[in-house]
Amino acid sequence: MEIVEAEQEMSRLLIKDGHLIEPSSGIDERRDVLIEDGRVAAIEPRIEAVDAEVVDAGGCFVAPGFLDIHVHLREPGIEHAETIETGAKAAAAGGFTSVCCMPNTIPVNDSPTVTSFIVERARHSAIVNVFPIGAITKGSKGEQLAEIGAMKKAGIVAISDDGRPVMNSRVMRRAMEYAASFGLTVIDHCEDLNLSMGGDIHEGAQSVRLGLRGIPGCSEDVMVARDIILSEVTGGAVHIAHISTRNAIEMVRHARRLGIRVTSEVTPHHFALTDSDIAGYDGNYKMKPPLRGHIDKQAALEGIIDGVIDAIATDHAPHTGNMKMQELERCPFGVTGLETAIALTLEELVYPGKISLKHMVELFTTGPARVIGLERGRLFVGGPGDVTLFSTSREWVFDVNESQSKSKNSPFHGRRFRGGPAATIVAGKTVWQAPVAVAA
Amino acid sequence: MPPEPIPSTARRGLLGIETLERDEIQWLLDRGHYHKRKPGESAKKLDTLRGKSIVNLFFEPSTRTRASFEIAAKRLGADTISISGEGSSLSKGESLVDTLNTLAAMLPDTIVMRHSASGAPQFLSRFLSTPIINAGDGQHEHPTQALLDALTILDYRPTLEGLRVSIIGDIGHSRVARSNVYLLSKFGADIVLCGPATMLPRPLAELAPGILLTNDIVEAITDADVIMMLRVQLERQNVLNFPKNEYFQFYGLQWEHFQRAKPDAIVMHPGPINRGREISSEVADSPRSVILNQVENGVAIRMAVLEKVCGDC
Repeated sequence: MEIVEAEQEMSRLLIKDGHLIEPSSGIDERRDVLIEDGRVAAIEPRIEAVDAEVVDAGGCFVAPGFLDIHVHLREPGIEHAETIETGAKAAAAGGFTSVCCMPNTIPVNDSPTVTSFIVERARHSAIVNVFPIGAITKGSKGEQLAEIGAMKKAGIVAISDDGRPVMNSRVMRRAMEYAASFGLTVIDHCEDLNLSMGGDIHEGAQSVRLGLRGIPGCSEDVMVARDIILSEVTGGAVHIAHISTRNAIEMVRHARRLGIRVTSEVTPHHFALTDSDIAGYDGNYKMKPPLRGHIDKQAALEGIIDGVIDAIATDHAPHTGNMKMQELERCPFGVTGLETAIALTLEELVYPGKISLKHMVELFTTGPARVIGLERGRLFVGGPGDVTLFSTSREWVFDVNESQSKSKNSPFHGRRFRGGPAATIVAGKTVWQAPVAVAA
Repeated sequence: MPPEPIPSTARRGLLGIETLERDEIQWLLDRGHYHKRKPGESAKKLDTLRGKSIVNLFFEPSTRTRASFEIAAKRLGADTISISGEGSSLSKGESLVDTLNTLAAMLPDTIVMRHSASGAPQFLSRFLSTPIINAGDGQHEHPTQALLDALTILDYRPTLEGLRVSIIGDIGHSRVARSNVYLLSKFGADIVLCGPATMLPRPLAELAPGILLTNDIVEAITDADVIMMLRVQLERQNVLNFPKNEYFQFYGLQWEHFQRAKPDAIVMHPGPINRGREISSEVADSPRSVILNQVENGVAIRMAVLEKVCGDC
């Protein structure tokens, strides 16, 4: 039987008068972008389309939709902290058109059933694209490989046991070999759990001063070294999540010179803050990896500048308020980050002249897309109509209580910003727009 | 929605030594000296804090500090109640903030608090208007211990300036060591921190000016005016960081060590002491040991602290 769909009017969206930064084609000038039925129909210096809805991008930058390859959406299982719906709203409010969600839900996304659930929930409730990441091992227990192939068929775009890293090197080796045959990147949260056991913040002068147990930089370094060696042995692609130490960055730099398939991402909080910013035993400064020392932050900046770091990813990790309103050593690890990522990148990297706007766009588009081999992060005729508009002039203050996320655990509450996301367009539909400043 | 923190300028209490000015410490030491029992006198009972109520909240076991605070408060005429961790609603799953807010709603004038988590009183003070006196937080600070230690040293020396004070033991896990380091450094003492490398993290040297680290007890004791021995805090080590059976051999204070120290050097210990673990019995019971003077001075200094925090001084 043939189903005849009701004839729908073609949806057309015209993004006018913006400055387009499109890294894959090298466009870095004024362009209009027309999106028809969710796909890019034209990119021209000037487009007239009488019947199209118009987004005035005058004074704004227009870029391929930003992609965050490291978020926690907490659904299924931890819906009091975040849901796919609220996490997607936070992503949209942060200028992201696509997010990749980590598998540490309850149950863990270690089977095609859970993957399909996430894909379905996202289809119905998420205003941005949600790409699930599957677990490496069953239950993320680090023992037996999960159903990686079947999960890929169900929609995963990478595998990771984020937060519960695979300690057994034999299992990790097999995971890299197996994942490579499905074209999947292994994303590793590099932490030797024996070295970091019991730690709350980075081990150094600050942890000693505050009397808090330390998470030494070496707990990350030894695992990064292991993963690089295993990647060389297996030929599998490994991606270092939230890289945070000088040694780890230096090892990735070295490995890439040798042609080993290793990539890395950094979070905004790791390039914006150090452990000396931890004040008042505030749980909103507690995350893994912890805020590191000054030399580590410097190394992260250098890694971004010279391209050793491929992507900026937020590691958006929602926890309800009461979980962070505790003695620091009892607080869970993680901070939200979707809504402050672009503004922090502008403030910390672009305005001080460390990277160009084009490089920033790459770190949010082509960079992360390449890491996991996802067909996103480019704007081309016929491609997905996902567009991020951002401003470099809008003055605003991040008020965590107005966050779209269900959780409010950010260390950047109250921070004043210049510039940030302006509008988020997913498949030709405006899903978020910056609030218009009301004159005081 | 999380409550808005109280501005730091509006906070009172005594959370640590690190943030105190030298003048403030000096005031407390002078006042503590005033409260010391004179030879031959029995302890006075005053009414400086009459009508004030003080809650002693001890989430961690304590004998001397808790008794000391209670006696100090009673000597000043205050009303006190004591709550211990085991009997409190924390053991029923209530959060620390909720427990403290509940107590604060009964309008005590001061909360004296001990907690096993570093920073617990600092964290609470951001949300609580009742002044908090820190009676020891995790591995972070134990300000009244450092004050009573200074008062004790001053019983035997005219000034702290230029003294060589050696603190020996599990420094990394010690709140007593941290508070003492801050206090002694502010008064110009030379501080030697000594312990096995696994309990002596190198960044300790950056806590304050004038700190020397060593893993050699003989070096630490040489020319010392004051030797402070610390207990190994097994309860704070996730896994044992040292071979327990040989600890005394390398880091226990023994009589022979004294030949290296200044002739009139004194030995201190915050207690509880473990004879044969970090200190030999003959040292602990010798005339050099001022351990019980410390305990006595504890009451005097806590009277001074209570007056400062909840009185009109």
